[in-house]
Amino acid sequence: MALIKLKKGFDINLKGKISDEKVIDASSSETYAIVPDDFTGVIPRMEKKEGEKVAAGEPLYHDKNDEKVKVTSPVSGTLKQVVRGDRRKILAVIIEPDNEGRAVAFDTRENPKALLLESGLWPMLRQRPYDIVPTSNARPRDIFITAFDSAPLAPSLKLVLGDDEKYLNKAVEVLSTMTDGKVYLGCSPTEQFTDTGAVTNTFSGPHPAGNAGVQVANIKPVNKGEVVWTLDVVTAARIGKLFETGKMDYSTVVAVNGPGVASPAYIKTTMGCTLHSLLDSRLCDNGKEPRIISGNVFTGVKESIEGYLHAPYRHVTVINEINKKDEFMGWASLSPKKYSIYRVFTSWLMGRHKEVDLDAKLNGGERAIVLSGEYDRMLPMDIYAEFLIKAIIAFDIDKMEQLGIYEVAPEDFALAEFADTSKLELQRIVREGLDKMRAEMC
Amino acid sequence: MDKIKPHFQEGGKLSKLESVYDGMETFLFTPNTTSRSGVHIHDSNDMKRTMITVVVALVPCLLFAMYNIGFQHFKAIGMEATFGQMFLFGLLAMLPVIVVSYVVGLGIEFIGAQIHHKEIQEGFLVTGILIPLIVPINTPLWMTAVATAFAVIFAKEIFGGTGMNIFNVALITRAFLFFAYPSEMSGDSAFVKLDSAFGYGGGNVVDGFSGATPLGEVATNFDHFSTSTLDAFIGLIPGSPGETSMIAILIGAAILLFTGIASWRVMLSVFAGGLAMGAVAHAFATPETLYNAAHLDPLTQVCLGGFAFAAVFMATDPVTGARTKIGQYIYGFLIGVFAILIRVYNGGYPEGAMLAVLLMNAFAPLIDYCVVQVNINRRAKRAKAQ
Repeated sequence: MALIKLKKGFDINLKGKISDEKVIDASSSETYAIVPDDFTGVIPRMEKKEGEKVAAGEPLYHDKNDEKVKVTSPVSGTLKQVVRGDRRKILAVIIEPDNEGRAVAFDTRENPKALLLESGLWPMLRQRPYDIVPTSNARPRDIFITAFDSAPLAPSLKLVLGDDEKYLNKAVEVLSTMTDGKVYLGCSPTEQFTDTGAVTNTFSGPHPAGNAGVQVANIKPVNKGEVVWTLDVVTAARIGKLFETGKMDYSTVVAVNGPGVASPAYIKTTMGCTLHSLLDSRLCDNGKEPRIISGNVFTGVKESIEGYLHAPYRHVTVINEINKKDEFMGWASLSPKKYSIYRVFTSWLMGRHKEVDLDAKLNGGERAIVLSGEYDRMLPMDIYAEFLIKAIIAFDIDKMEQLGIYEVAPEDFALAEFADTSKLELQRIVREGLDKMRAEMC
Repeated sequence: MDKIKPHFQEGGKLSKLESVYDGMETFLFTPNTTSRSGVHIHDSNDMKRTMITVVVALVPCLLFAMYNIGFQHFKAIGMEATFGQMFLFGLLAMLPVIVVSYVVGLGIEFIGAQIHHKEIQEGFLVTGILIPLIVPINTPLWMTAVATAFAVIFAKEIFGGTGMNIFNVALITRAFLFFAYPSEMSGDSAFVKLDSAFGYGGGNVVDGFSGATPLGEVATNFDHFSTSTLDAFIGLIPGSPGETSMIAILIGAAILLFTGIASWRVMLSVFAGGLAMGAVAHAFATPETLYNAAHLDPLTQVCLGGFAFAAVFMATDPVTGARTKIGQYIYGFLIGVFAILIRVYNGGYPEGAMLAVLLMNAFAPLIDYCVVQVNINRRAKRAKAQ
């Protein structure tokens, strides 16, 4: 077991932490939803029609280009609606639960890969390059499991797992059969997972130390032509449980917190539940418009209270949309409430690790990149982030490849996007770059 | 502001002033725009605050410049004056230059922004204050205006505005003046204001007065050179307004470094390069040498002329400088070396800091290219090893 110390990055001490680690049960959710956009790279083709009955673990749709990749229903019930947007793009698949508890029983003697594909666990894996759901014919060089989430206010994954930690052993055993390389597990110094059978490394340092991309880059970076898989420890435990019991377990513990939550808590629920069932009466009543985020403040998705818990997240954050409206000459402000990683505001007097209440304001207009080294100091990888971003904007494929686009995912740039003085949408730029790159290469 | 907004939007009566309105609005009120995609929270620091921080860092130089202009003036006309009188004279002398610099530069930026339907960029906030600080005080205002216009249009706008320029805009202004009107830019009469400012001050120059800068003296009249390193450090000597006082510059440097806006790597390595080259020149100076400046010891070298100002405020411009960490060391060091090299061994130019920075501006992309190429090669090698 190796200790890898990361220095670059930054931890934001956001207000609204959970003080009580007790897990409470969520109120019942009227509907559940699967959002296809959560499974990047999978183009949905429906298998069920509206009004049809589905059991938990039964496929809702499969990938248009790769029929074996299936997304399954988290609950037993009726397919209520397929919400479509522009050009009939499927935005969400909504299921009304019937509480009959019908669930598909899987045959655990099946070939592990076939079972992963059949059970709908496959789309919860990610592959580098391109940060997409792996294609069904891929065989990864190595598999990386992240055992902690370093994003602001992120839940303790050990707590989310609870008793299911015991299935990790099985998961590692199953995953080992799918790669010629190794299965790695990246732990934080405070939360260790031992005896899992995986090659365990400990990562110390600020966010983004918990990001899969950062861990891969610091263990064995992805080279051109190579494929690695990444997943978090919760998905790993689900895999283990599936192979032990033959049942898919979609239940999860979710951290509901942030400056906009009056009573932050860990809540037990099922994947795809409504945010209403989690946030019911928990929001701060401060007269400010809340921004509800399914996920963390860096990579999460903005949702209304009618929205749903997105599949990749065990986290719902609520911040205020705007804390202070029409701020007069904000650029000259001496207010210690203006939070910055630079010492250009008086907030540095309070210390940069003080608990802060940040809103969704952009705090400035979009500009050309001016300050140098801003992105690099937020990305603990051997990559010239700024040059890579410029290559992506210019869509210079050769340069992108040379500068290491295969190693990155949008989430790796989230912290840089937060810190960016020029307010560029780095994650969107990287996502588009990866998509174009993939279209070009395939 | 919201009430008059419709007039400025497309189709409104004043839509031609859209950018100006937008500029004023964002100047007065921090926009309420919230993040649409990507991260939900953003750092409070934006380009406005960044630029204002640099301006704040320049304030000590500006204040000292005003005082020194008055000090030199009253010294030249042999009159006793109080601190207040000196400062007032300097203020009156500097104000027109600052106004001209901002009006011309910002005017062009506003027009440029409107043509491209873009937001007004903040870059000129800093350039506009740098120009009065590096242009000799006796430069006719129309020359400053022409030079500023030239620099903003040809060194910045044609490249795409703030963040896209290759050469430092303020230095292009200075270089334009230097090469277009050489007689006004050097010699004994350029750096000390002798006539009155708005009717204030003025008088007959005392006998035996020379307004030459110390470096000018070194180049042409070395026998008379009497400026001590301490004088140069404090800065009550003739020179371009903002460049004389090492103390004021160091205060500015402290602000830039503390806030994290400027790169300490660049700053440090410029001084290192200057000291190194100064030491080399000093070591090779023989009593017969024609290069007078070689006789100066390295410490005096970096205290004199525009060297320190260039190191702190010009070389650290992130847009025109090297952007990689290793590149910044190389870039800064070479600026220091070239500045002293030009100063000592080129008889034509008593000061080399400006030219050294401009020269290295041109080479910064090459330095970065080489540094990034090392990373690219390492990645390629790693892939091959598989």
